[in-house]
Amino acid sequence: MMAGLARWIGLIAVAMVITVSSPARALVADLSEHLIAITTGFTGDEVVLFGAVEEPGDVVVVVRGPTETIMVRRKERFLGIWVNRASARFERAPSYYAVAASRPLEEIASPPILDRHDIGLENLDLRPVDWESMDDDEIVSFRDSLIRRKQFAGTYGIEIEPVSFLGSRLFRTRLAFPDNVPTGQYLVSVFLLSDGNVTAAQTTPLSVRKVGVGAEIFLFAHGSPALYGILAILVAITAGWLASLPFRRP
Amino acid sequence: MQIYLPIAEMTVNVLLILGMGSVIGFLSGLFGVGGGFMMTPLLIFIGVPPAVAVGTQANQLVAASVSGVLAHSRRGNVDFRIGVVMIAGSTVGTVLGVWVFGILQRMGQIDLVISLSYVITLGIIGGLMLVESVRTIFRTRRGTTPRHKLHRHTWAHGLPFKMRYPRSRLYISALLPLSVGFLGGLMVAIMGIGGGFFLVPAMIYLLGMPASVVAGTSLFQVIFATGIATFLQATQNQTVDVVLALLLLAGGVIGAQFGSKAAEKLRGEQARAMLAVIVLTVCANLFYELVSQPDDLYEITITERGI
Repeated sequence: MMAGLARWIGLIAVAMVITVSSPARALVADLSEHLIAITTGFTGDEVVLFGAVEEPGDVVVVVRGPTETIMVRRKERFLGIWVNRASARFERAPSYYAVAASRPLEEIASPPILDRHDIGLENLDLRPVDWESMDDDEIVSFRDSLIRRKQFAGTYGIEIEPVSFLGSRLFRTRLAFPDNVPTGQYLVSVFLLSDGNVTAAQTTPLSVRKVGVGAEIFLFAHGSPALYGILAILVAITAGWLASLPFRRP
Repeated sequence: MQIYLPIAEMTVNVLLILGMGSVIGFLSGLFGVGGGFMMTPLLIFIGVPPAVAVGTQANQLVAASVSGVLAHSRRGNVDFRIGVVMIAGSTVGTVLGVWVFGILQRMGQIDLVISLSYVITLGIIGGLMLVESVRTIFRTRRGTTPRHKLHRHTWAHGLPFKMRYPRSRLYISALLPLSVGFLGGLMVAIMGIGGGFFLVPAMIYLLGMPASVVAGTSLFQVIFATGIATFLQATQNQTVDVVLALLLLAGGVIGAQFGSKAAEKLRGEQARAMLAVIVLTVCANLFYELVSQPDDLYEITITERGI
């Protein structure tokens, strides 16, 4: 509790120093940490984004994970059982996506502005690879399903998280990441909007990495899979033998 | 107590996994089967990706089978000669199965094929086992056990490449244990199970082995089949999570020892009837999932990851 409070005071102090020392910049923001370390006991993490604006306005924060290729498949009934039939492939989809904003997005800016900056899931640039040969309804249903399944998995935000102002110039928001957060280099973009237009923007990197034993195991499994496989078998044989020892009859 | 699984990339409760491992381990020791057909669906149920569940399960079964074989071989209940012939068959089956697995995965049909093969094999074997064991139970109650002929001659005895298996007192074609092993190997690769629930009845009814050596010999064969599967899954798909496997086997091997102790107090046909009920329950559950409308008709698979 005390540590949390101390951290808060520290953050606010830093934010104030930033505002005082750089009067020329319309927007400054930073994260409480630039690394989310996935350790053995990892159950998700929270990062605080804080900053200051020169002029009053709306603040929108977009968190994007590294891109990935996603196959979306649709089941149809075939001979009484549900079978995967149609599919669509999405390349360069964000592995993680979340938005925080000081007000509902539709009150902040018009759809073209939100669309241009990829703000909000409905404005995200997501199209299947062969979208030209698909009809519009198909594209929409596959796209919506991708978003719905990612939200279900917890890797796309369901709601717009709040960005709260302390006074008219200091703001902060909490970015919560689930335990299955995809690893890689993230980009946290902060936009300042006034009268529906983006007047300033800043992007901060955030790294999500496995550390410690978990990281070693992952790297080993992907780096030298044959050796990893052999060791996994040897470990299992040893464990099986050890477990049978206490039960050995005299 | 929570722990992060580095390959499955998720956090699980240690006690939950240990508990699952020991319950399934107990049942597997009791019935002389690996218990994979119960564990793989359970792992998927708690959120482990199916591919990781199958790969890790193979690794866990290596340990469970080693500890099971040691317990059985101390009592002299392993026919190593017939086991080696079965291993030759299962090696071919496993390699072929992993190859087919890859093709089906790219076609997006692997989940369906896994479910279908579970429903079909569990249904047939569970049904046969239930009928046979219930019949035996009633016969022994009435006290009218028919006398078994020492040796029955069937078509199978006309097959070439005959071999002698002294421990099982058998003189049969090597093609029989080879093909039983082959089918077992396919199951290891495609269903992520040891296949004991199939091997045990097949060895009793198809090969005519004495019931006392069946469990030990099947486990002996399963060590190799699951070992090969672990290696292939680790090298081709990187889906073997050693942390998850260690947790499962910690619970599993201990549970299995108590299970095989308890098995000594249980009559063979009673154990088979109980196993048949479990097998049919899992089968019915999977069948229901295949035919009932899913909550979401769409599913996503991440095929390539960025950095």
